[in-house]
Amino acid sequence: MSGIPHDHYEPKSNFTKGVESRLPIIGLLHTTLTAPTPKNLNWMWIWGIVLTFTLALQIATGIVLVMHYTPHVDMAFNSVEHIMRNVNGGHMIRYFHMNGASLFFLAVYIHMFRGLYYGSYKAPREITWIIGMLIYIMMMGAGFMGYVLPWGQMSFHGTAVITGLFGAIPFVGESLQTLLLGAGAVGQPALNRFFSLHYLLPFIIAGLVIVHIWAFHSTGNNNPTGVEVRRGSVAEAKKDTLPFWPYFVIKDLFALAIILTVFMAVVGFMPNYLGHPDNYIPANALATPSHIVPEWYFLPFYAILRAFTADVWVVQIVNFLSFGIIDAKFFGVLAMFGAIFVMALAPWLDTSSVRSGRFRPMFKWWFALLAVDFVVLMWVGAMPTDGIYPYISLLGATYWFAYFLIILPLLGVIEKPLTPPATIEDDFNAHYGPKTGGTAAKPAE
Amino acid sequence: MFRKLTLAAVLAVSASAAVAESEVHVEDFDFSFEGPFGSYDQNQLQRGLKIYTEICSACHGMELVAFRNLHDEGGPSLPEDQMRAYAAGFEVFDQSLDDGAGDYRAATPADKFPGSSLSNAPDLSLMAKSRAGFHGPYGTGLNQLFKGMGGAEYIASLMTGYEEAPECAPEDFEGSYNSAFAAGGFPESCIDDHGHHMVPGSWIAMGQPLYGEDLDFDDGHSNSLHHEAQDVAAFLMWAAEPKMMARKQAGLTGVIFLALLSVLLYLTNKRLWAPHKHKDD
Repeated sequence: MSGIPHDHYEPKSNFTKGVESRLPIIGLLHTTLTAPTPKNLNWMWIWGIVLTFTLALQIATGIVLVMHYTPHVDMAFNSVEHIMRNVNGGHMIRYFHMNGASLFFLAVYIHMFRGLYYGSYKAPREITWIIGMLIYIMMMGAGFMGYVLPWGQMSFHGTAVITGLFGAIPFVGESLQTLLLGAGAVGQPALNRFFSLHYLLPFIIAGLVIVHIWAFHSTGNNNPTGVEVRRGSVAEAKKDTLPFWPYFVIKDLFALAIILTVFMAVVGFMPNYLGHPDNYIPANALATPSHIVPEWYFLPFYAILRAFTADVWVVQIVNFLSFGIIDAKFFGVLAMFGAIFVMALAPWLDTSSVRSGRFRPMFKWWFALLAVDFVVLMWVGAMPTDGIYPYISLLGATYWFAYFLIILPLLGVIEKPLTPPATIEDDFNAHYGPKTGGTAAKPAE
Repeated sequence: MFRKLTLAAVLAVSASAAVAESEVHVEDFDFSFEGPFGSYDQNQLQRGLKIYTEICSACHGMELVAFRNLHDEGGPSLPEDQMRAYAAGFEVFDQSLDDGAGDYRAATPADKFPGSSLSNAPDLSLMAKSRAGFHGPYGTGLNQLFKGMGGAEYIASLMTGYEEAPECAPEDFEGSYNSAFAAGGFPESCIDDHGHHMVPGSWIAMGQPLYGEDLDFDDGHSNSLHHEAQDVAAFLMWAAEPKMMARKQAGLTGVIFLALLSVLLYLTNKRLWAPHKHKDD
C-alpha cells in the first residue's frame, strides 16, 4: 500500500498463512499500522486522529439519538427534549453529539490550515487534498442538516435562508430549492429528507476517510520540512521514518486525551456555549428571530456570502456583463462556493518549488494573514450587516480569493525560498541530536 | 506560529458566539448553580415551585416537565407523597376516558404540567435556556463557564425590571415598561435621531407578576421581590435543565479521568520516544 519501502508482513503460523492466502486482511492491517511515518512530524500532525475519533463519536452518539428522535414537525422538538429529560444518559449523549460537531469543525480547520502551511496539498498529494475537500463539503452538509433536526427557531429559519441560496441560482434555482425542501416551503418533507441525509452523509464521509488515508499512505505523509522520505532502500527509509505503531499512535492518543479533557469540560460545564439560545424555542414560521446566525463553523463562508452586495462594483460589472443573470444574490452564492473551490485548486495554484512554508520567508507572512483573515471573517460573519461590517467582510473575502488566485501563483515566481534540510533524518537530528552523539541539542520549535 | 494561530482561532470562535442584542439591563445575580461545581438549592427550587404554582401557572404552562420530575434527585426533590398530592391538584384531559370521547381527570405523576392557558404566554419549560442573559467578558461569552448562560439572570431581571415608564413614552403606550425585556414594543418617541434607544428594555405585554411579599414560604425565607425573583428563576433553570447536576458530575469525573489518562500517555510517549531523541535535558 505504501510507496515507501518497508518490511512486508510474513504470516508465520499455519492459521495466519491460511487466512492470508484467502483474504490478505492481516497483511493489510499490518501494513496500515506499521506504515513508515516521517519521524519529524510535529504536533500539527495529530488532528487526523482527532478527526477520525470525532467521526466515530458522532456516528456512535448519533445512532443512539436516532433511537429516540422523531422526524416530524410536531414531534421533533419534543423528542429532543425527551432525550434530554427522560432517556437514560440522553442529555450527555445529545450534548456530546452537539459539541462533537464543533470539535469536528475546529479540528478540520486546523487540519486544513496545517496542510496549507506545510504544502501538504502539493504534488504528489493532490488527490489526498481533493478528497479532503470533498470530506469537508460533506461535513458542512451533515453539520447543517443536523442543526435542522431539533426543529427550533434557528433550525427552521436557518433552513429557509440556506436553501434560499440555491434558489438564487438562475433558471434552475427555484426547482432546485423545491427539490431540496421537497415542497415550496420549509416543512415536513424538508425535515424528513434532511434526517435521512444526515444519517447517510457520515457513512459517505467514513468511506472517503478510508480513501483519504489510502491516498496519503500511497504517497507517504508530508512532514514539517516538506522533504520526501528517502526511498532508495528499506534501510534508507528507516533512517527517516518510524512505524506508525507504536510511535505515532501513542503520540496521537496523548494529544487526543488532552483535547478530550477540554471537550469533556465544555460538555460538562458549558454545553450550550457554542449553540444559540433561540434553538430552544420551537420552530415557528410566523416569528422570525431578530438575527439568524449560522453555527460558528459556517461563519467565515457566510461572511463571504454576505460580502458581495449589490453596491460592490465587481458585482455590478458582472451583473452588467451577464445581462443580469448573475445578480448580487447569485454572486454571493458563487463567491461562497468559489471560496471553497479555490482552496481545492491550491495544488495547481501554488507554483513554488519548495513544499513547506517553513522555508518560504515571504509565504509565511501571507499565510499568517490568511489565517487571520479566516478568523476575522468568522467574527464578522456573526455581526449585523450595517455600519463598518460589510466593508470588513468585503476586505476579508477579497483577500481570501487574492491569496489563492494571485499570491500563491506569484510567490512561487518572486520568492527566494531557503534551502530545506537534505533529509528528514538531518532535520530530526538538528532538533534532537544525532543518535550517537551527546551534542547540545536545540529544543524543538 | 501555528500555536498562536490556533489560539486566535479559538478566541474567534468564542467571540462569534456573542451576538449583538438590543440594549437591556440584566443584573448578574449570584445563583447556587453557577460554575463547574454549582448545584441547585433544593429549598430554593421548592420556593420557586410555589411561586410558579400560585402565580405564573395562571397563564403560563410547562408542558415538557412531568410531575414525577418534582421528586427527582437534583431537583426540588419533593417527597413522593407530596409530589403525588401536588399532581392530583391539576386536571388533565385524558382522551382514553369516556369511551374515547375524552374527559378531565386528576393528574398523576406520569402526566406533564398543563400548557399555557393564555395564547400569548409562552411555555416556561425551556425559558431559562432559550434566553441568554449576558455574553461577557468582551462579548466572548466565556463567563458561561462560571455563570451559566444567564437565562436565570434574565428571568430574575425581568421580574425585577418593571419600572415606571420613562417620560419619553406616550401615556397610553401598550404594555408595561420593563428594562430587561428586549423583544417588546418600543415607542418611536423614545428613539433618538441616530436610531438608538434612549432607554433600555422595551414594553412587555405581561403585567408585573411579582411585587414582593406575594406569598409566604414554609421555610420562612425572605419573600422580598428580589428573593422571589431569584427563587422562581432558579426553579425555571431547573425546569429547563433538570439533569444539570448529573451532567456536571459526569463532566468532573470525565475531566479527572481524562487528565489522568493524558498524564499516563504523556509519560508513555516520552519513554517510547526517548531512545530516538537524544536531548540532554
